[in-house]
Amino acid sequence: MSEPDASGAPLLRMSGIVKTFPGVRALDGVSLEVVRGEVHALVGENGAGKSTLMKVLAGAYRADAGTIEIDGKPVTIDGPRAAEAYGIGMIYQEFNLVPDLGVVENILLGHEPVHGLFLDRAEALRQATATVTELGIVLPFDRPARRLSVAQQQMVEISKALVRKARLVVMDEPTAALTERETDALFALIRKLKAQGVAFVYISHRLEELPRISDRITVIRDGKTIETRPTAQMPPDDLIRLMVGRTLDAHFPDVPAVAADAPVVLHVGGLSALTGPNDVSFDVRAGEIVGLAGLVGAGRTEIVRAIAGADLASAGEVDVAGKRVILRGPHSAIKAGIALITEDRKAQGLVLNMSVRENTTLAHLDEYTRGIFVDRAAETKITAHEIAELRIRTPNGEQIVRNLSGGNQQKVVLAKWLIGQAKVFLFDEPTRGIDVGAKAEIYTLMLELLKRGAAIVMVSSELPEVLGMSHRILVVREGRVRAEFARADATPDKIIAVATGVAA
Amino acid sequence: MADEEKTEIKPEAKREVKAALERSSDAAIARARRDLAIRTGALVGGLVVVVVVINIFSNGAFLTPGNLTNVLRQITYNAILAIGQTFVIITAGIDLSVGSLIELTGVVMAQFANAMPFSGFPLIVATLVVGVAVGCTAGLVNALPVVRLNLPPFITTLAMMLMARGLAFKLANGRPIALNSNAFDGMGTGFLFEDILHRVGLPGIPIAVLWMAVLVAVFAIILIRTPFGRYVFAIGGNEEAARLAGINVKLIKTAVYVISGGCAAIAGLLYMARFASGSPNTGIGSELQSIAAVVVGGTSLAGGRGSVIGTFFGALLIGLLNNVMNLLNIESYTQDIVLGAVILLAVIVDELRKRYLSR
Repeated sequence: MSEPDASGAPLLRMSGIVKTFPGVRALDGVSLEVVRGEVHALVGENGAGKSTLMKVLAGAYRADAGTIEIDGKPVTIDGPRAAEAYGIGMIYQEFNLVPDLGVVENILLGHEPVHGLFLDRAEALRQATATVTELGIVLPFDRPARRLSVAQQQMVEISKALVRKARLVVMDEPTAALTERETDALFALIRKLKAQGVAFVYISHRLEELPRISDRITVIRDGKTIETRPTAQMPPDDLIRLMVGRTLDAHFPDVPAVAADAPVVLHVGGLSALTGPNDVSFDVRAGEIVGLAGLVGAGRTEIVRAIAGADLASAGEVDVAGKRVILRGPHSAIKAGIALITEDRKAQGLVLNMSVRENTTLAHLDEYTRGIFVDRAAETKITAHEIAELRIRTPNGEQIVRNLSGGNQQKVVLAKWLIGQAKVFLFDEPTRGIDVGAKAEIYTLMLELLKRGAAIVMVSSELPEVLGMSHRILVVREGRVRAEFARADATPDKIIAVATGVAA
Repeated sequence: MADEEKTEIKPEAKREVKAALERSSDAAIARARRDLAIRTGALVGGLVVVVVVINIFSNGAFLTPGNLTNVLRQITYNAILAIGQTFVIITAGIDLSVGSLIELTGVVMAQFANAMPFSGFPLIVATLVVGVAVGCTAGLVNALPVVRLNLPPFITTLAMMLMARGLAFKLANGRPIALNSNAFDGMGTGFLFEDILHRVGLPGIPIAVLWMAVLVAVFAIILIRTPFGRYVFAIGGNEEAARLAGINVKLIKTAVYVISGGCAAIAGLLYMARFASGSPNTGIGSELQSIAAVVVGGTSLAGGRGSVIGTFFGALLIGLLNNVMNLLNIESYTQDIVLGAVILLAVIVDELRKRYLSR
């Protein structure tokens, strides 16, 4: 599609890139072409494969198949150094600055000019000044990186890329943390560099800003390139349709309707926390699943964490079955009947060095204690029961959790909460990174919980999952609930539109 | 639908589990056996080699009941310190103050005992209570900045190490405080079952060794069998997961430093009884000895793994080494070199063991 320039070849051509992780085909033959001096937007849903593709380009991952050409010549990018040598500069959403080093030191990190054995500070200052001047920006050279604003840190990152003679700069969500004015400044800078022939791959969830900055847009979905078009020929409706563009292919069980007289089990009112949730209110009734949809970083996880006392709430109230919950930490939330099944099970859900038995009873150990001692027989019994019930594939309860597969680890996390008397289950990405079979089992389990009269809140970045499993869907953006859809009214397009800020 | 599903799932699930059991139990058992074999092998093998070689070189002076009893008595203080240290290290912390706390509690207890108008058993109990109170308070002071401000325990206990030693010197005016009462003599130098055992040619059991045995047993059971012990492991293994499971992480972490301070106080009491005085410079280096015993005993400095029994054997191994080198007339500088090498070796063996098992 792209017009080759005078030399006959695009700056970058990635074709047929395949990358698989255990159980997941993250990239399934993606192609991407970038020509000199263009800003090429790369868009797709959470998990579409954008980050993986860029990590392949940066040399952080090796592709299983496919070719990368730079200026028409096939290249192998086997590490960050190689990427740098080919003129590729990466600016991740999380910056890679050394917080306590100064601006000049950060710009020249790894490329310090030397004079004999010693750092040549005068030359370093000259080079940094030259780069910054060329960019037409001002940076406080006397400050350590940690004291710079986000926008200034980004400028340092761009300067870093230019010192390394980058011809292609990849920016991941560059405007996510910028103010309006800072965004304008960034765009001006991008246009200036573009005029000098630098190309950009621009990854953004803020679809509304693409017409302002990008020349072409490539949509990827499920690890495949869907389409590349000039931005001018890509109206927002088309863009959303291409991003979502699939039928609900996964097989979800029939979710029974909520009884008309079902009581409210979870009430959240005006909940705010420093971590992001801002005046969040909603109710969940017995037998109901409420899905929280939104982009990564929209604040969904932070909402369920605040409800469960994992993060401290700054305002608001949470009631379980009509009783006020003291928001003072996980302990009081657990006592009130709230179970949080966290997103990152290795970091937050499990003690990997402990056995299945020890993890299963960890949150309810006082119920498995006789006198002052842990009642091992009772522990073993309940663990064996959960292993059979949840079909956890483990030789026995004494197996160390680290040795189980992801899906079975997730089931151990579930077992930990199922043995209690929780009435509210907060599932944060319950099926991330687990295989299809285990997914189906977890869905079945959710229905089982509904039958017992539980209320479920499910955070999921997979739209089909949200649409397939929820009775109602709340769309979250920037810590607030922006829209609510009944199951019957919800469509992927509507949700994406609200989540990306295209619709209110 | 619910009932149908249940009756369907359950037998299937059982079959599944049974199949999984058959598939992997052999491997799991083999691995567990291998683990146990290597662990006990390393420990027992180390001990046996040491014992045999030494006994030959020391012309039989080593393998005598009298000498071995002596070794047990010598390791008492270090083993007791190391018990508390084990709890702290399993939570991924460290307690550098225990050596100084032997001194501080020793001095305070000696002054207290001298000031009391009564003697005998009541004095022992009262002195113990005072000493343990001082040790536990110091442990509390160690813990508060750690749990409240998330400061590294290395720093807070280093500060306590300096403060406690300085305080002990000030209180004692730089000199050991001799005990006026002889109430503590039995505890320091006495033996149990002396008469009976002498008849069969054995020495009695030193009372201090009995204290150690009881403490090792009690704290081993606390660590393995109580919810508190389970939480100690959980916090060391994954503090955030422990917190989200509703465990009061701050309370448990505070408790381990308090236990460590309390253990230091008991070690301080036995030390004071042994030498009939509270001295402000007896504990120098003890904190490192206790850490060495814990590490040699197989407790991971990264937290989440360890045992009191292992720590006891760690202390025993170090004690035997010291004893042997004394018997062989090895000068103290060389002793330090050997000791250092043994600690390094222990950690390397432990790491290799972990790698071998995770293959």
